[in-house]
This record gives sequence, structure tokens and C-alpha cells, in this order.
Amino acid sequence: MKAKVHITLKPGVLDPQGKAIAHALAALGFGGIAEARQGKYIEIDLAEADRARAQAAVEAMCKQLLANTVIENYSIELAE
Amino acid sequence: MKAAVIVFPGSNCDRDVKVALDAATGRPTSMIWHKETELPALDLIVLPGGFSYGDYLRAGAIAARSPVMRAVVAKAQSGTAVLAICNGFQVATEAGLLPGTLMRNRNQKFVCKDVHLKVETSQTAFTARYAAGQVIRLPIAHADGNYFADPETLAEIEAEGRVAFRYVTPDGAPDDDANPNGSAANIAGVFNREKTVLGLMPHPERLTEPALGGIDGRAMFDSLVAALS
Amino acid sequence: MTAAAAIDFASHGLSREEYERLKATLGREPTLVEIGVIGALWSEHCSYKSSKKWLRRLPSQAPWVICGPGENAGVVDIGDGQAAVFKMESHNHPSFIEPYQGAATGVGGILRDVFTMGARPIANMNALRFGDPAHPRTRHLVAGVVAGIGGYGNCVGVPTVGGECGFDPGYNENILVNAMTVGLADAARIFYSAAAGIGNAVVYVGSKTGRDGIHGATMASAEFDEATEEKRPTVQVGDPFTEKLLIEACLELMASDAIVAIQDMGAAGLTSSVFEMAAKGEVGIDLDLDRVPTREPGMSAYEIMLSESQERMLMVLRPERADAAAAIFAKWDLDFAVIGEVTGSGHLVLRHKGETVADLPVAALSAETPEYDRPIRATPPQAPLDAASLAGGEPLDKSLLRLISAPELASKRWIWEQYDHMVMADTIQRPGGDAAVVRVHGSGKALAISVDCTPRYCAADPEMGGAQALAEVWRNLTATGAKPLAFTDCLNFGNPERPEIMGAFAAAIEGLRRAALALDFPVVSGNVSLYNETQGRGIPPTPEIGGIGLIADWRRMAIIAPELGHILVVVGETRGHLGQSLYLAKCLGRAEGPPPPVDLAAERRHGDFVRAEIAAGRLRSCHDLSDGGILVGVAEMCLAGRTGAKVRLPATEIPAMAAFGEDQGRYLAALDRAEVTGFLARAKAAEVPAAEIGKFDGSDLTLEGFFSISLDAIRTAHEGWFPGYMAAP
Repeated sequence: MKAKVHITLKPGVLDPQGKAIAHALAALGFGGIAEARQGKYIEIDLAEADRARAQAAVEAMCKQLLANTVIENYSIELAE
Repeated sequence: MKAAVIVFPGSNCDRDVKVALDAATGRPTSMIWHKETELPALDLIVLPGGFSYGDYLRAGAIAARSPVMRAVVAKAQSGTAVLAICNGFQVATEAGLLPGTLMRNRNQKFVCKDVHLKVETSQTAFTARYAAGQVIRLPIAHADGNYFADPETLAEIEAEGRVAFRYVTPDGAPDDDANPNGSAANIAGVFNREKTVLGLMPHPERLTEPALGGIDGRAMFDSLVAALS
Repeated sequence: MTAAAAIDFASHGLSREEYERLKATLGREPTLVEIGVIGALWSEHCSYKSSKKWLRRLPSQAPWVICGPGENAGVVDIGDGQAAVFKMESHNHPSFIEPYQGAATGVGGILRDVFTMGARPIANMNALRFGDPAHPRTRHLVAGVVAGIGGYGNCVGVPTVGGECGFDPGYNENILVNAMTVGLADAARIFYSAAAGIGNAVVYVGSKTGRDGIHGATMASAEFDEATEEKRPTVQVGDPFTEKLLIEACLELMASDAIVAIQDMGAAGLTSSVFEMAAKGEVGIDLDLDRVPTREPGMSAYEIMLSESQERMLMVLRPERADAAAAIFAKWDLDFAVIGEVTGSGHLVLRHKGETVADLPVAALSAETPEYDRPIRATPPQAPLDAASLAGGEPLDKSLLRLISAPELASKRWIWEQYDHMVMADTIQRPGGDAAVVRVHGSGKALAISVDCTPRYCAADPEMGGAQALAEVWRNLTATGAKPLAFTDCLNFGNPERPEIMGAFAAAIEGLRRAALALDFPVVSGNVSLYNETQGRGIPPTPEIGGIGLIADWRRMAIIAPELGHILVVVGETRGHLGQSLYLAKCLGRAEGPPPPVDLAAERRHGDFVRAEIAAGRLRSCHDLSDGGILVGVAEMCLAGRTGAKVRLPATEIPAMAAFGEDQGRYLAALDRAEVTGFLARAKAAEVPAAEIGKFDGSDLTLEGFFSISLDAIRTAHEGWFPGYMAAP
């Protein structure tokens, strides 16, 4: 089982890198960009075959290490 | 005072702070490898600067989950003093020893320079040899020193007098020009509720000798020796 | 073994003649792996085939030299059983293609060269040359290179204490990124690369091998063209965290007697490290490539041998110590694999998947390494500058502000504030002075380090330019009070197959040779970077020099900052040489005339005098004179000391000559009033010209009879250019 974890800054937390990206895109002539937010994407190969158990394990990984829940949200996608 | 410096893979200010501590205490400071699970009796634990685990994932995040940190947190909870400098501060917030977190500097760049700091309180083991309100000069060297906490946490820290140092101009004004990284309320260092844990981005160990350009960092180590010996 | 089917030797960097030579030495058709291995080894980058003839001319001996050129880095004795280990290396092409990773891995590579020798790295420096600031790519390259150097050095925890940064349209398509590392070692425990001990284990440590950087060495030996952009995947990615672990693990292992030989895997990766270890040790080595730790499945023998993955080392270990060594690397979470052994065969034998993929006679192929005596053509001499044509320039204060805010002289704070220049807590002269100074930890000694080159001098007269570059480094070190010990160089030039480029190279070497002999300042390490050329346009000749000097007692060193009330004395003769000066270029828009002559005997005399005054504790503030001449030098001292100055200049035909002339062999000394008479008398006795020309006082810089500008105006001009330039869209 493969877990795809997206980690993003919580809304409202200043994201200087996202701001720089939005600014750079505007400078390149891409109009109409309200906001860009930068995040992280992590792929994890799991030996676990059971979806529910995999989901629970990755949740725990996110809470304990992958995301800093003071400032970050995470979302998990499982794929066979 | 019995002091120990925790060494993570990628710590690189561990020797520097040991030199400063050895000079202040007159005895050798022990170095403790991150794979240790138990700590000896100590008066002070230092989490040093550097790039533990390359600051990969998030600055301090992986070190905060290393085996030794469970023991450090337990010691801190039972009242042992912890001094967390720069990367150590990042580790301490990730480990939940201190509130808030340290984000990428607002200009996105690593910055190494001397900054001016206002000492907010001298009523702690870390700052007794400074005067409250005193402006001191210490170096910073970090890419992720932008202190962030949600408004409630910030209000609580301020109300409880837990801001240790603020970035200020040479004459003591905490304005935006004096803020090198975008930190909320110009916060450079914070205490835990009991004021037994201090985390700060500036490096007191780098200015403890005239030859290095100043001695404003020395008073922190002298304060600790006086309070904890 | 299977001979290569279709022989496309050119794509492996071999010429037809070289391919035939390989075939003749082997007495058979080479295999694909053999062609790849030899193509990399015989590349310009690894073999120095165009430059070797000339490099041999440089003096590399002195009683204090422990190890000269030919090893991973040079080693000099600094007393008390300690040694300084240092080298400078280029990473030009990779940095142009991918500035962050190119510069970062340049720092990583030079660090490895130094700790491979058994030294703890204690300081990094760099010399950067970018194109015209107005060129559309320049800003992006500056930002990326600086971030990359900082990103690597900061993480590893070695202070980046200084360097230089220049701009010239000649580097528009070929920037220069030269990185230098200085390390500290026990003089009795230097580690070398010669493999020895038949049956000893050959051990691979560090990161795993991936497909990155394959053909880096051959890329660094070819001109850029439009297709080069396609070569992006060959750029390596640096992992400074692993490098930090590798430093600690290697130094821990070096404290024991386990290591027989050690070599880092730099350009051409495993190929060049294993071949060099075998060649130096005059032994054979068998490698089992299946045991090389790889990052990706299915890597071929060719890819494993030519990968330039970073943060890897090769060692020969005493077999009985192998387990203890493995434990150290396990402690630091680094790969450790026995991949082969030293043999008596004299052959490098590579096996992969049950097949022998290469069997190369090491000594024979070493002896056959091509060496070229390429045709040379001398650079035509420049006509002398017509002094009359210089009259009627703008007011001198305008020129001063123009110069001090020019990209060449403007404050580089924007750069060095991105480098941790204080970690290790021994930096006692931070960036911005003549030379950086770091203490030898726990001792009264310190090392001064400086890098320098003046490409516009070298372009006009490569021999004089070479001598000047070396003299300026020597002078920078001297100005702190250090005794210059030895130098390293990065010789950056264009295509050596063009006689005028090779002629400039040969002339620069001659200048370096003369200066090194006269100043007793030998070369101990370095590298040559040729083919810095795009579409037939080469860079200005740039023999970048990095020097180190020893300060016996750091409490007696000089800094550039004067104190209020200090008397200003100029040491050396001011003739007002403006040929190829920055004033001529920036204020009159002309690049003409010969560069300033370097009188090496006078240089030595003046420097020895200044150093003796500093060592005696009588001179505590001193600044060498170079770009921009006296007025720029005084302004820099005023900024450092936060004091104004009142200055009068010797009368010259045209005032700008005295103000901005770039005569060599000069220093500015700031002295207590009580010291001046004695200083001048001793100078006279030593046949060193010296004259009082002013005083540090007030908050304005005043040139008597000409102008008075506030220090704030000078500071604003000096500090403003770089951040303003980088902030522009």
C-alpha cells in the first residue's frame, strides 16, 4: 500500500515561500493569482495491506512527526 | 553546576557552547549522544545550535523525536533547567517544551549577523546577571527563526512575562527594522511557564570573549552558574 | 570481457588519438566500461593534460611545506605539531547550469578534499565571478550561488569567513565559483591516498551511489554550447547533513590506526579515486561492483564507476580494524561496504554480475596519460596610458562615491550575511577586512586567509596579472600581521586549444612563479579549470589565488579599523598608476594601458617591514592598498573604524593619479601619534618609503583642497549597491 501525504500550512499562517511564488508568477505575467501556498508531499510505501490500519498508522505518523500541527494541516491518500 | 550538551547528528554548535560552559563552570561539560535513553543527574541541559538531521522535514523536527529527547522532556518536567539555542530552540518547540514554532525567515534567507536584544526580565536563572530592560548584542545565524504562535498563545506568553528577549534597535526600540526574521512581537527568546526552560535564536556562546567581538553572551552562563551551583 | 560494440569514443571524452593509445596499451579493443573509465581519467579536468607542463614550473617547496601539489590538498607546518591543510577548487560549469546545487556541491567537494587528509575543516572561503550585473541571468546566478554556498557550509558547521566577488561581462556565460577550505590537522597524522598492503580491504563509505553527475568531469572539459542546457540531469545534488556525519565519522576513525589510505570520490567518482589510489600505491585493486551501495536498482557498471554522487569516500583499511571501522560508520548511520581488495596484480579489475567488465594495467595507463604541449601566443603588450588624456575628469568626491558603490568595491554584506561566518567560535576577523582570521582552537595562534585575483590586470598582461594576484594575497595576509605560508590556486581560463588562451595561461604561470620565488610563498595545491568558454568567447584569464598565513600571537594582529585620533601613514611609493585601474574603468569608461607593475623586491621589503611592526605590537590597524587606491582604502578604514579622516595627497600630474592610482606594494597604517616618528625612522632604515598623509578624526572624510563628504554618505553608497541590485525585479 502506498500513502500519499500532503502537508500544507494552515490557513492564516504566513507562508513566505508561497508569497514569493505568487509574486514570481505575477512577474512572469500570470494574471489573476490570488494566492499560492507551498506545502510538502511525502510518499510512504507501507507493508500494511489493510486500509483502515494503514490509514490509522499514517495518521499517527502525521501527528507525531510529519506535520507540525501548530502550523500545518495534513491530508492522506491511500493507493494500492 | 553540572551541565551537559545533547549532541544530535548535525549539531554544530555543540563544541562552541561546551567551551563557553567549561569557562563559566570551571569544569568539563559532558556531551550526550542523541541515542542515549537515560540522563545522569544534571543541573543544566543544553540543546545546541546546528542543523540536526539537516533540518530536513522541518528544522528540529526529527531531533525532537530522537530517543534522548524523551529523557530531556522528563527532566525538564521535573524542573531541570534547559537552555535551547537556535536549532535547540527549534527542537524544543517541536518537542513541546516551549510554545510556538520557528518558521522560515520572512526574507527566505539565512542570516548571520549581530543583533540587539532587549532583556525582558532578570528574574530567571538564565538572565539574573543582566538588568531588565538592558540592551545587549548577540549574533544570530539561522534560516528558520521567525517565531510564530497563535494569538491566544502569544497573549498568554506576554501576560505571563515569558518573553525572554526581543529584537530591538541599538537604543531599545522593538520596531520592524530591528526584526531580522519576521518574528511575532519581535520575540527572540521565550521561557516555559516555570521559567526553567529558555529557548532563543541568538547565540550567547558566540560572544563570550573580547577577541570574538564582545562578551554580552557571558552573563547568561554566569547567571546559570550562580543560580544552579 | 565484451568489447564495446559500436565505438563512440568521442561521447566518452576521448579523441581518436587517445582512443588508439588506449587500444595499443591494452593490446585489444577496450570494453565500454574501460572507455568510460579512461575517458574520464584522461579528461582535462582529471589529467591536467594541457596544463601539466606549465604547472611543474611553480615552486612548491619550503621548509614548512609538509605536502605539496598532487594529493587531495596541500599541507603546511604551523608549529606545535600542528598543520594547516588547504585547497581551492572550481565548480564553474555546474554552478552555471544549476547555481544552488553547483555551488553547494563545490563546497562539499573541497571540504572532502581537506578532511580526507585528516584535517578538521575550520574555515571556508570562496571567489566568485559573475557576468555583467545588467545581464538578465546574473541576478539569478548570484542569488543561487550564494544560497548554495551558504546552504552547504552553514549546515556542515564550518564558517565561511570571506572571499571575493567580482562582475565582468566576460563571465556572462561562464561564471566562476571557486571554493576553498582550510583545515587543521596533527602534523604527524596526515592521511594520504596511496593504497598499500596486498589483501587489505577497499572500503566504500558515505552516501549511496545514484545516477547523478555521470560525465561531470567530461562536461567540465568541454566548451558550452546550446545543447549543454540539455545536460542538466548530470548536476549532482548536495547533502550537507551526510557530509557533516562523514566528517565526524572519518575524523573519529582517523584517531585510530585503521586507515592505510583514503581518497574522496570527486570528479569522475569511483573511477578516479580507485585508479589514483592504485597508481599512487603502485598496486592493483579488484573491485566487486555488486557490493557498491546503490540508490537506484539496475545501475550498470559504467554508471556505478562514473557516478558523481556526492558525500562518498574510498578507503583502504587494515583488515583487523575493519569491524571497528564499520561500527563507527554505523554509529553515524552511514553506508560502509567492503567492495574490494588491494592486489599485487598491478591491474584495476572491475567485476559486475559475474563478469569482468574492466581489466586495466594501472602503471601502463598512468604512463600513457596524454600530455600536450599546446601552441602558445603571447598577449600583445598594452600601450602606455597617455596621462594628458586623463585630465578634466569629474570632481574627486563624485569619483570616490562612484568607486565605493561600484559592484567591484561595494560592500558584499548581502553575500556574507547569508554565510554563518562565526560557527566554531574562533573567527576573530569577520568578512570585510583584508583577510579573514580564525584562531587555531585553544591556542594563541591564528590563521589568516585571503583569496584574490584582478582579472582586468590579467587580461591586459597575464604575467604581471599573475604576479599581482599572488602579491596581493601575500599583502592581504601581511596586513593582518600574518606570515604568509603557502598558496593554492584555481587557474580559470578559456579553451587551451586556442594559442592566445594557452599563451595567457603560460604567462600567468610565469608571473606566479616569479612572485612565489621572490615572496617565498610556494604553491601546495590547486586546480585548473579550462574551457570556460561559450561560443568561442573565453573568460578573462583568472588565476584565482588563495593564501594562508600564520599569526603567532593573535593578540598582536592588525585590523583595518583605525581609532579616532590615529595618524594615517602610507607605506610604499605612490606614483599614480592608472593603467587598467578601477578609476579608469568606472569613472572614464576605459580599459587601457598596462596594469601596475609589481616590484617584487619592494613588495617583499615593504611587507616584511609592516609585518615586523605589527608583530612588535606597534601597529594595530593596517590596510593593504589595491583596487581604487589610497582614497578608497582610507574610506574603507573610516567605515570600519566609524571615524572620519582628514587626508592630503602627494602632488601628482593629475590629482586622480594620487587619489585612485593602483601602485602596488602599498599599505595604509594607522598609528598612535607617539609611534609615528619611530615608525617613519624604522621605515627609512629599512628602505621602505613611508609618509604621513593625514589623521582619523571627526565624522567626515576630507581631502584637503578638494572635498569633504560625510561618513554616512560614503556608507550609504558603499552598503547600498548590493541589496538594491538584488531587490530589483
